[in-house]
Amino acid sequence: MSATLASAGAPVFGRAQRMRWSRDDLIARAMLLVVMGLLLTFLIAPLFSILVSAVQDKQGRFVGLAHFATYFQTPSLLRAAWNSVWVASAVVLISVPTAFVCAYALTRTSLPAPFKATVRLIALIPLLAPSLLSAISFVQWFGNQGALKFLLGGASIYGAPGIIVSEVYNTFPHALMILVTALSLADGRLYEAATALRTPGWRQFLTVTLPSCKYGLISACTVVFTYVVSDFGAPKVIGGNFNVLSVDVYKQVVGQLNFSMGAVVGMLLLVPSIVSFAIDYTVRRKIKAQLTARSVPYVPRPRRVADTLLALFCVLVCGILLAIVGMALFTSVIQLWPYDLQFTLHHYRYVLFESDMAAAYTNSLQVALYTAVFGSLTVFVGAYLIEKTRNLGWMRRSMHLMAVLSMAVPGLVLGLGYVMFFNHPANPLNSLYQTMTILVVSMIVHYYTSSHLTAVTALQQIDNEFEAVSASLKVPLFKTFVRVTMPVCLPAILEIGRYFFVVSMASLSCAIFLYTPETILASVAIMHLDQAGDVGPAAAMASLIVLTSVSVSILYSLGTRVLLARTQAWRRPRRG
Amino acid sequence: MDMTATRFVAEAMNATPALEITGIHKNFETFSALRDVNLSVRPGEMLCFLGPSGCGKTTLLRIIAGLETQSSGRIVQHGRDISWLPADKRDYGIVFQSYALFPNLSIADNVGYGLVNGKMRKAEVRARVAELLTLVGLPTSGAKYPSQLSGGQQQRVALARALATHPGLLLLDEPLSALDALERIRLRSEIRRLQKQVGITTIMVTHDQEEALSMADRIVVMNHGVIEQVGTPLEIYERPATPFVADFIGKVNVLRGQALGGKRFRVGDMEFECEASGSFAPGQEVSLYLRPEDRVAEHLGPDTPHRLDALVTKVEFLGSMCIAEVTAGALHGQSLGLHFSLNQMHDLDIREGQRIDIALRAQRIRVFPPKAAQS
Repeated sequence: MSATLASAGAPVFGRAQRMRWSRDDLIARAMLLVVMGLLLTFLIAPLFSILVSAVQDKQGRFVGLAHFATYFQTPSLLRAAWNSVWVASAVVLISVPTAFVCAYALTRTSLPAPFKATVRLIALIPLLAPSLLSAISFVQWFGNQGALKFLLGGASIYGAPGIIVSEVYNTFPHALMILVTALSLADGRLYEAATALRTPGWRQFLTVTLPSCKYGLISACTVVFTYVVSDFGAPKVIGGNFNVLSVDVYKQVVGQLNFSMGAVVGMLLLVPSIVSFAIDYTVRRKIKAQLTARSVPYVPRPRRVADTLLALFCVLVCGILLAIVGMALFTSVIQLWPYDLQFTLHHYRYVLFESDMAAAYTNSLQVALYTAVFGSLTVFVGAYLIEKTRNLGWMRRSMHLMAVLSMAVPGLVLGLGYVMFFNHPANPLNSLYQTMTILVVSMIVHYYTSSHLTAVTALQQIDNEFEAVSASLKVPLFKTFVRVTMPVCLPAILEIGRYFFVVSMASLSCAIFLYTPETILASVAIMHLDQAGDVGPAAAMASLIVLTSVSVSILYSLGTRVLLARTQAWRRPRRG
Repeated sequence: MDMTATRFVAEAMNATPALEITGIHKNFETFSALRDVNLSVRPGEMLCFLGPSGCGKTTLLRIIAGLETQSSGRIVQHGRDISWLPADKRDYGIVFQSYALFPNLSIADNVGYGLVNGKMRKAEVRARVAELLTLVGLPTSGAKYPSQLSGGQQQRVALARALATHPGLLLLDEPLSALDALERIRLRSEIRRLQKQVGITTIMVTHDQEEALSMADRIVVMNHGVIEQVGTPLEIYERPATPFVADFIGKVNVLRGQALGGKRFRVGDMEFECEASGSFAPGQEVSLYLRPEDRVAEHLGPDTPHRLDALVTKVEFLGSMCIAEVTAGALHGQSLGLHFSLNQMHDLDIREGQRIDIALRAQRIRVFPPKAAQS
């Protein structure tokens, strides 16, 4: 026994010693610093610049809260803030209940699966279009020359009503996706218990269904609210003289070159976003906790009357959604609404080759492509470092926070921050300003969060000990990353790439402060064309964006199917 | 026993330790996971870290692997100080509970994963992989993917991968706990056979005492971050050093009694002379630990010591084995659970409400301070 237990009183080392760094540790730390540096430079520093310029005058002297005081003493400016809030609330009140009914029909009825799939597909179309598209369509339907103008009975679509209906269209798929997730988490046992206790259907709905998707509803409300407050496209096109915060930022900066006041409005724009971000963040964690709980899936039983009514409602909603995107497509292929309805491809020819913004479409394609490639790589490597390396715990935690925070920053605010930070003559990165690169970077940062979360989810699903195993086998970390981690997560990486492509193709608010005549993007061009009264070409450009994103999505799903079949043979389950 | 195994057992007697662990402490923010752990591992032996969850056994294994850093203390492997070396500078192979097989690589590529990096020629790698797959009994599975194998087969692949680079130490972290009961028992003897055949020094972490007792050369019983006892399975079972070990390994009856001085103790009206863990003053309260099988029920003679006339109060049927709960006036009503084989149950007519005549094996009793006083 004495040989096995070494002397118990062995001296404890006085000085604290640390593990020596291996080459892998060194590389991981260096990479972590690089990604951290990127996020600091392209997210935190620009936001900080806004803060600084909000408390400085034009000569760069510190003026404290003077700009804020001016702001709150200017009734017209304050009215914009109030307008933003009530319009956003109105959109929440229409969009979320509508989406809830559709989500309920998709998850809790025994309607045929192909019907549900079709509804879902149509409902997601607004995601592929720039927010300007719906506004243009509504103008075509209900504007001064609108086909259905008579329905309004003398009222005007321009202003609050137009913004509200356009934003309902734009936010509908966001709310629907969240609510479908929330409603599909139903625990069948609760309904069985309620039925066994002879609870009538409406009470089951109130006491079981609603409480179980409470968090989903809250989350949908905050997401919709934030979207509307920070969206810029729809109010610009259909808002008329109705002022909202986002248009105000633009007017202050681009119209009056009043950067300080722009910064103040930008900061105000950040407030609702940060608040709803905080709510959404806490709520999402609870949804996750619900997900892991052990439950029995709910199997809906046919209820003829309710199912029929719900199906009719879905058909109606899909009809409206199609009517809106359809109007944009229609406008793009006719001479001039409503006077000359002859078919023409002239508008497409014009926006692609003849106008002074002919480069916009190809620019957008390039930006979307670069964003997809570099965005998915950066996001995946960043998420990998956060999830799978063991050093620098505090840095990994703050990086995760930054990655999640980027969602809370409206595109307009981010763009404004870039103007202030990178346009500063003392900034060594000044040369980035007015390039395609900065557009790509802003897109990656602006859409970082959802991609990051996708990557994190994928990484959490693979075994945590791969890194330990490869260290024990003396295989370098990056080799295991390339040979194992990346191939295993390939579906997620491709999905992130597709997401980056589609959103940056349609994004306007991010680019509005950053483009130059050479780097103008399609969404910006739509805005200018619409302002100039070229509705046909604007609709053509919007349709091009939708068609491109639809084709990319189709190509993506075909491509991944082929690719996965070829490279992912290991996913096929055991034979026999 | 074949030649290799004999050689390693012989070596184990006098060679320098394969691993010498001195004064390891591990403190987390709020608690200390390991306190002054000292241990020396003999070359070629199979050592098991055994203890309840949270006892620090996995932390100790991960510190040995360099996956976790000790707060203080030293680890020397074959005379080389590895205390502060990163994982990839140490010499070991490891198998995790989840196996951590690379799902997108074939079985052959998994096994050869560490070899390809070692600048071996392709043909050599292929030969070594084939050799290893034969060793673990999966010679034809090289082209398959992990998801096409059963849990037990995946486990063997993980073992082959860990052994591929001829490491000097094999670490197994709960390697069997993800398997179903039958597969687990089959793999116990398989791993043990492999370990002996290769002759590799092995440390296995487990919370399953049966696993440890059946597989290990020596067992390290841990609790609350300290080593309670190190010994062969038999030593640990028969002569537990602490009440925790006695309780944790196997079943045990605890009887209240008093010390009478020296090695003599009294329980109720009975007196025993037995092994004590320390010295107890006469009159001091003690606990006496008796295993359920430490009783004599047959061939009792008039001079058999420690005879007991007991009443069977309950019988619990466990298959080939039964536990009969008995009380005896001589023990002042304290009850005992005793093991009987099913045949004995029939032969001795042990039923509820029946009186039986037995004798206790006093020399097997272990004495510790009274149970309530133990922390």
